[in-house]
Amino acid sequence: MNVLWLQSAGCGGCTMSLLCAEAPNVFDTLHGAGITFLWHPSLSVETGDEVRALLARIEALEVPLDVLCIEGSILTGPKGTGKFQMLSGTGRSILDWVRSLAPLAQNVVAVGTCATYGGVTSAGSNPAGAIGVQYDGYEPGGALPEDFRARSGLPVINVAGCPTHPDWVTETLLLLASDALEARSLDQVGRPLFYAENLVHHACPKNEFYEFKASAEKLSQLGCMMEHLGCIGTQAVGDCNIRGWNGGGSCTKAGYPCINCTAPEFEEPNHSFIETPKFAGIPVGLPSDMPKAWFMALASLSKAATPTRLAENAVADRIKIAPKIGHRKK
Amino acid sequence: MTKRKLLIGPFNRVEGDLEIRLEVEDGHVAAAFTNSPMFRGFEAMLQGKGPMDALTLTPRICGICSISQSAAAAAALGAAAGVSPAPQGALVTALLHGIENLSDHLTHFNLFFCADFARPAYRDRTWHERAVARFTAMEGSATRECIEARAQLLHIVGLLGGKWPHTLAIQPGGVTRAPSLRDKMRILASLTAFRRYLERVMFGAPVEAFASLSSAEAVTGWDTGDVGLFMEIAADLNLGHMGDGPGRYMSFGAYPIGETRAFAAGIWDAGTLRPLETSGIREDLSHAWMLGKSAHPAKGTTIPDEDMREEAYSWCKAPRLDGQTIETGAFARQVIDAHPAALDMAQKASTVLSRVAGRLLEIARTQIMLEDWAKAIQPDAHFIDNFDAPHSGTGEGLVEAARGALGHWIDIQDGRIESYQIIAPTTWNFSPRDANGLPGPVEAALVGAPVGEQENTPLSVQHIVRSFDPCMVCTVH
Repeated sequence: MNVLWLQSAGCGGCTMSLLCAEAPNVFDTLHGAGITFLWHPSLSVETGDEVRALLARIEALEVPLDVLCIEGSILTGPKGTGKFQMLSGTGRSILDWVRSLAPLAQNVVAVGTCATYGGVTSAGSNPAGAIGVQYDGYEPGGALPEDFRARSGLPVINVAGCPTHPDWVTETLLLLASDALEARSLDQVGRPLFYAENLVHHACPKNEFYEFKASAEKLSQLGCMMEHLGCIGTQAVGDCNIRGWNGGGSCTKAGYPCINCTAPEFEEPNHSFIETPKFAGIPVGLPSDMPKAWFMALASLSKAATPTRLAENAVADRIKIAPKIGHRKK
Repeated sequence: MTKRKLLIGPFNRVEGDLEIRLEVEDGHVAAAFTNSPMFRGFEAMLQGKGPMDALTLTPRICGICSISQSAAAAAALGAAAGVSPAPQGALVTALLHGIENLSDHLTHFNLFFCADFARPAYRDRTWHERAVARFTAMEGSATRECIEARAQLLHIVGLLGGKWPHTLAIQPGGVTRAPSLRDKMRILASLTAFRRYLERVMFGAPVEAFASLSSAEAVTGWDTGDVGLFMEIAADLNLGHMGDGPGRYMSFGAYPIGETRAFAAGIWDAGTLRPLETSGIREDLSHAWMLGKSAHPAKGTTIPDEDMREEAYSWCKAPRLDGQTIETGAFARQVIDAHPAALDMAQKASTVLSRVAGRLLEIARTQIMLEDWAKAIQPDAHFIDNFDAPHSGTGEGLVEAARGALGHWIDIQDGRIESYQIIAPTTWNFSPRDANGLPGPVEAALVGAPVGEQENTPLSVQHIVRSFDPCMVCTVH
C-alpha cells in the first residue's frame, strides 16, 4: 500500500509525533506491513522537480494512489482563493491539490485536528479561513463535500488529535493495509473507534480523586482537575491514559487538564483552557452521558465521604498521605 | 553568458513550506528569492483572547519547536506580570526545552540533512556507499537508530510534560508536575541511554571529547562515528566554503536558570561581541504580503495583504537588527557563548559546514548540561509558583529554539490580549528583501552556489538551505 502525505496548514507536529512510534519504530512498523511512502514532506529524499513529476504522474493516473494522508487544515483564504497556502513550486493552492487528488485515492486520511476539523489553525477570527478536509468544525463538509467518498467508498478517515498519538496513525494505516477498516469502524465524526471509543478519563491516575470529588485548586496539585481547572477528560475521546504517550505520559499525568484536543472546535472552548466555567458554583460541562441530577447527587454524597487522605493529597503537589495498610486479624 | 530561472518547490525536509526562486547565470546562482508560501495568522488569532490562552495556542505554531514556543509564551507572560518562575520550575523548563532542542538537532542531522548524501548524483564519491548505508531516507541504518534513540529520549518529556509535542506543562510560574525522586532516577537513566547512543553512533567517542574541541581543524578532522563520516563528506564537497552567512550572529541566550542563561545572550559582529539589545529590531514589510509599516514587534501588526501585491513575494516579514540582517541558530549560539572551536570557525564565515558543526557541538554540550540539570532536581522543592495574568502590561519573552532566537511580545489591556507578535528564528534567516533591497541571510548565502547544467533542483542549493535547519511553520506562523 502506498501513501502520499501532504502537509497543509498545520504545524507538522503530527509527523513529529509519528516519529515517536516505538517497538517497532515507525519505519519498521510501516515497512513490515508493506506500507511505503510515495512521498512525505519531512522524510522523503525527493524534492522540487522530482516531487512535481510524481504529482503529475498521480494526476495522470500513471501511479495508483492508495492512501492520501493530509496533515494540517485547508486554507480557503484570501477571498476563497486558497492562496494563503500554495504548494510551493506548483503554482496551485493546497485547496486545489486536495480536491484534485482526493478522488483518485483509495482512501483519504486526515491526520490531526487541523486536517479533520480545522483545529487550532481556525482559532479566534480564523484569519486564513481554515477548514478541515471533510468537516468545518462540527459541520460536515470542508474542503471536500459532505458526500465525498474515496474510491473505497469510505468518507475521510479522521485521525483527530493535537497532535495525533503515533499509534493512532500507524494503526489506522495498518488497518487500511489489511483491508480491515470499515464505515462502522468510525464514530459519528469520522474518528477510528479503536481509540475514540475510550475517554481520556479512562485510566486517568486522578480517578480516585474524581470518585470523591477531591479537586485540585491549582495546576500541579494532584487532585481531579474537572471542578476548577477546565479538564474535560470525562467528555473527550481518546485512549491517552490507557495507551500513554512518549513512554507512558499523558496530559493529566503531567498535571494539566485535558483540553479535548481530539474534538471538533476544541480550539474555542469559549472560556480559558485551564478554568472550569461554572454556573452558580457548579461546573457547566458535566460527563456527557450521565443524568445531571444523578451526577449532582452522587457528587455531593462522595464529596461528603472524601477520606482525609484524598482531601489533603488533592491540593498537594506530591502525595502527603499514603494509603493506610490494614492488618490481618489473626 | 547563459541565464535561466528556476523555481524550487516543493522544498522538503525543511519543516513546512518553502519555495525558492533562482536566477542562474553561467552555472551559478546570481540571485535568490525565498518565499514562505503559507500564512495562518496566529498573531491575529490571539487578539482579544485571555492572556493565558497563549500557552495553549502558541506551542501549536510549530510541531518541531513546540516547547520553544511554549517557553517563550510563558516568559512573555511572566515578564508582563513581573514574575519569575520557581527556581526548580525554571530548571525543569530548561530540561524539557533542552531535550526538544537536542532531539531537533538529531532529527535534522539524520533525517533532514544527511539524506542528500545518499543521492545517486554522488555515486562516484569514495564515501557514497557508506552514506547510502547510513543515511538513505527512511531506510538507512542511521535513520532507524536516530528515531529510536530520539523516541526514548522524549520519554523524559512524556514523564515531565505528558506528551511531545504540544505540552502545556510549562507555565509562567514553573511546571505543572513536581518530579519525584523516582522520576529523577528515571530521567537520569534515559539520559544515560541517550549518552550511550551519542557515543556509540554519532561521535564514536565520549561526548566530552567532542564538546571540548578547541579549533576548527579539530572539528573538521573528527573521524569517528557518523560525525566522522559527515566531516569526510563535507571536506570532499567543500561544504566549508559554501553558503556564507552575513557574519553577524545573534542569540537571545538559552535556558534561563536563576539570573544566568546556560548559553549566553549577545550579538557578534565583525569579531566583536556586544550585549543583546532588542530595541533595534524592526520588521520590514516592503517585500512581504503584509500591510502596515516597518515596526518594532512591541508595536507591530499582522495584517495580510489579501491582494498579494506584485512587488512582494513572501508571507514572511523581514526582521532587521539596526537595519542589518543577522544569522541565528546553533552556530550563532555557540559563537556567542564563546565556544573556542565555534569562534575559530567564525573567523572566516558561517558556512554549510560550520552550521552543521555548531549543531553537533551543541548536541555534545547539551547532553552534558541535561545530565547536570537532572542531578540538580530537588524532589522536595516546589516546582511552580502562583501566577495570575496581569490585567494590563507588556512583556517580552526571549528564548533560543533549536534554530535560534525566538521572541514573543505581548501587550495585555483590560485582561485581554491587545497585541501578540512573534519573530521566529527562521523569520530572521529566511526573510525576504527589505526596503533597501537588502536580501535576507539565506537569499545572500545562495548567491554563487554552483548549478549543474542538468540540475533543476540544485544540490548545492539544497545543502545551503537545509544547513540553516529552517522551520517554515514558525517563520510566518
